[in-house]
Amino acid sequence: MSESKTTRRLLGPFNRVEGDLEVEVEVNDGQVSSAWVNSPLYRGFENILVGKDPIDALVYTPRICGICSVSQSVAAARALAMAQGIDYTPNGRLATNLILACENMADHISHFYLFFMPDFARGQYAEQTWYKKVSERFKAQQGTAARDMLPARSEFMHLTGLLAGKWPHSLALQPGGTTRALEPRERITVLGKIHSFRRFLENTLFGDKLEAVNAIDSIEALKRWASEHADSDFGQFLMLADELQLATLGRSTDHFLSYGAYEVDEGQHLFNSGTWLQQHHPLQADAITEDISHSWMHAQRIPRHPYQGSTEPDAEAPDAYSWCKAPRYDGQVVEVGALARQIIDANPLAVALAQQSGGNVQNRVIGRLLELAQLIPHMEHWAQALKSGEAYCHQGSTPKEGQGMGLVEAARGSLGHWLRIKRGRIINYQIIAPTTWNFSPRDENGVPGALEQALVNTPVSDDGKDSANIQHVVRSFDPCMVCTVH
Amino acid sequence: MNRPFRVLWLQSGGCGGCSLSLLNAESPDLYSTLELANIEMLWHPSLSEASASEFIELIEQVLNNEVQVDALCLEGSVMRGPNGTGRFHMLAGTGKPMMHWIRGLAEKAKYTVAVGSCAAFGGITSAGVNKVDACGLQYDGDHDGGLFDENWVSPGGMPVINIAGCPTHPSWVTDTLTQLAMEELDINQLDELHRPRSYTDHLVHHGCTRNEFYEFKASAETPSDQGCMMEHMGCLGTQARADCNRRPWNGEGSCIRGGYACINCTAPKFEEPGHTFTQTPKIAGIPIGLPTDMPKAWFVALASLSKAATPERLSKNAIADHILVTPGKAKQEPGK
Repeated sequence: MSESKTTRRLLGPFNRVEGDLEVEVEVNDGQVSSAWVNSPLYRGFENILVGKDPIDALVYTPRICGICSVSQSVAAARALAMAQGIDYTPNGRLATNLILACENMADHISHFYLFFMPDFARGQYAEQTWYKKVSERFKAQQGTAARDMLPARSEFMHLTGLLAGKWPHSLALQPGGTTRALEPRERITVLGKIHSFRRFLENTLFGDKLEAVNAIDSIEALKRWASEHADSDFGQFLMLADELQLATLGRSTDHFLSYGAYEVDEGQHLFNSGTWLQQHHPLQADAITEDISHSWMHAQRIPRHPYQGSTEPDAEAPDAYSWCKAPRYDGQVVEVGALARQIIDANPLAVALAQQSGGNVQNRVIGRLLELAQLIPHMEHWAQALKSGEAYCHQGSTPKEGQGMGLVEAARGSLGHWLRIKRGRIINYQIIAPTTWNFSPRDENGVPGALEQALVNTPVSDDGKDSANIQHVVRSFDPCMVCTVH
Repeated sequence: MNRPFRVLWLQSGGCGGCSLSLLNAESPDLYSTLELANIEMLWHPSLSEASASEFIELIEQVLNNEVQVDALCLEGSVMRGPNGTGRFHMLAGTGKPMMHWIRGLAEKAKYTVAVGSCAAFGGITSAGVNKVDACGLQYDGDHDGGLFDENWVSPGGMPVINIAGCPTHPSWVTDTLTQLAMEELDINQLDELHRPRSYTDHLVHHGCTRNEFYEFKASAETPSDQGCMMEHMGCLGTQARADCNRRPWNGEGSCIRGGYACINCTAPKFEEPGHTFTQTPKIAGIPIGLPTDMPKAWFVALASLSKAATPERLSKNAIADHILVTPGKAKQEPGK
C-alpha cells in the first residue's frame, strides 16, 4: 500500500553553523530527492567598502566573520599587498602563518566538539549500544568533552593575544607582515602554548602521538589505529562513522578546490593549491566566476569573474531563493574545506578515502582532524624560526589606481578577496567565502550547489523534520553562514 | 538553590564574533563561569543541541509564557531593510523577519541585553550608506531610539543593557550576566549610553604598555613601531571607554599591545570615523582628537615640553619594532 509520496518541508534555523541557515527539502520514499539551501541574512560588506580608503579594508573585512576573522584579514592584506607590489618580511610570513593556523585549528576543534559531535547525543539515538558513552562525552552543554576542550582552546588562543593583540578582529595582519614583533621571552611563551595544545590533542583528541597519527597512510592503517585507540575522541568518531555508515552520507560532486594554505615562501604553500577531479590539476584563478541567477541580486546578466562582479541586493529578484551567489570554477560546482586541501596536497590517507568513497560526512571530519595533527609540528618549526631583531613588517603605499587578489584557506575552505582601486578609493570589492562555494544555490543551468547535491539521497524518517542525518550532512561542511553572504 | 537565571541568545546582523570571543572565557572557563553564577543558557546558537523546529517550539513557549526568560541577549544589528520589511534577515524556518521575533521576545524577557556594538548601536553592519537599514536595539548610531524607542524598558524595568565592543571581551559579558543574575545591576551601574560601567569607567589608555612613549610624545610612524600611536597612527585609546589594557585579551593581548590603534569600538558610530582608521587626522600638525577632558592649550603646551625632553632611548625605540636602547647604562667594556 506504500505509494510513493512527495513532500516538501522547510527546515531551519540550523544552529551550530555560525549564522543562520534554512534548507528546503523534497522527500520521496524516505529519501531527500531535492534540496534548496537559503542563506537568509544579507549585510552588504561589499557595498560598505566602496568609496573607502583601501587600507580600511583591514578594519571592515575581519568583521565579516567572528570565526574566520583572521582568514578575512589575511585575504584583505594579500589583496592590498598585490596592489602595493610588496611582500611579507620573513618574520611577518611566519607570524601570519602562526596566527592563521591558530585560528584554523581553534575552528576545527570548535567544530568537532561544539558543532558536530553533539548531534550523536540526540535522543533519537538513545537505543544504540554506544549511546550512553557518547552522550556522556558529547551531549551539548552537558558532556565532559567540551569541558576539556574549552580551556585548551582558550589557552591556545593566547598565541593570538601575543602575536595579534586579540582574537577575533585584529589589525595586526598587514600587507607587509604583522604589527607585533615578539621579544625573545615571548617567543618562548608562544612555543609553550603550542606545546600545551599538542598535549591536549595527544591526550584527549587522539590518545596518541601526533607523529603516529600523521603516519596513518592508508584505510587499513586507519582501521588498525581506530581499533587500538577506540577510547580517544577521534576513536569514538571513527566508531560512530562505522556504526552509522557516515561514509555513505552527504556525497557531493567529488570535485575539490584549494587555493593552497600557509605560504612558506613566495607562492609556495605548505598545503598545495589546485583542483582535484580524480586527479590533481593546477589552480587557474581566472576560472572563478559568480552567477546570480538564483540569488536575490540584480544588475548582472551573466556569470562574472569577481574583479567584474557586482552586488546589488533585490529581495524581489525572480527565481531567487537565497542571498548567496553561486560561485563556479570553470563553470563547475566544487567543494572546499580541509578534506579538499588534504586531497589536493596528496595526503595518502585523504586520497585513499576520496578514491574509496569521495567527499562525505566521515571523510570531511577526518580531513579536519588530520590537519590538527599535521599543523602542530609546523607551528613549532615556524615559532622556532622567528628571528629576534629582524623586521616583522614592510611598509607599502597603496597606489591611486590598481587591483589585487587575496586567496587564502580558512578552516572551512577557500576564501578570496578581489579589490579594485580608483582615485585612491575602493571602487569594487568582491568576496567569495568557503561556504559561498559549498552552500551555493543553483546556477543559470539549474545545477545545484555542493550541499544541495550532498543532501540528495539522504535517508530520512518522517518528511525530514528533525532528521539527524540532515544535521550531520549540513554540519559536515563546517558551514559559516555569516561569511557566505557577508 | 534558586532557579537558574535563564539566558536566551539570538543572533541577527552581525558576525558571531562576540559569541566566539565568549568561548575564550577562562579562569574559569565559560561553562564553569556560568554554572558558578547559576546561569543557564536556555538556548545559544553555538552551544545548544536544539535546532530547527525544536528551537521554534522553544521561542513560541516563551511567547506563550510557558517558559520564562531572564535575559534576552541579541548579538548583531537589527535588520530593518529593505523598506522596513526586515527581509534582509528572515529567521530561517519561520517565514518571519528576525526583528519581529526580537520585538516579541524582548517584551517577555526580564532584561534585554545588546551584546556587541552592532546590537547596541548598529555597529559595522550599519557602516557606509547603510542600505540594509541596520540599527541597534535602543540606539541608531548615536541617536536615541533603535528598534525600541528611548523610553522603552523591559519587564524588569531596565533599558537595553549595551555591552558594546567589537567584539566584546568575554568577561564584560559574563560579569554583566552575573550581576544581573545576582540582582546587582541597576541603572546606576550603566553609563550614559547604558553600557556597563564595570568596564566603561575606564579608558583604554589606562594600563597602556606604551605609556612612557605617550608621556614623551615619542611616536610610532609605521605599523610594528613601538612608540605611541596617538600622533600618527589613529589611536583613540585616550578617548575610548573600555578597560582593555587593565583586563587584557587572550592572555596578554589588547589592540595596542598587538601593535595597532585602538579604534574606539565601544562607541556609537566607531565604524565611520570620517577618516582612515589608522591615520590620525590633524589640523596644523596637531591631532584633532585629544584626550577627552584635557584643555587643548594645556595639552599642546605639555606635548611640546615633553617632546623637547624626550630621552634618546624613547625616540629611538619609538620607531623600531624591538628595543634598541635599554634603560640600563651602556655596559662599559673592561679596561676603558
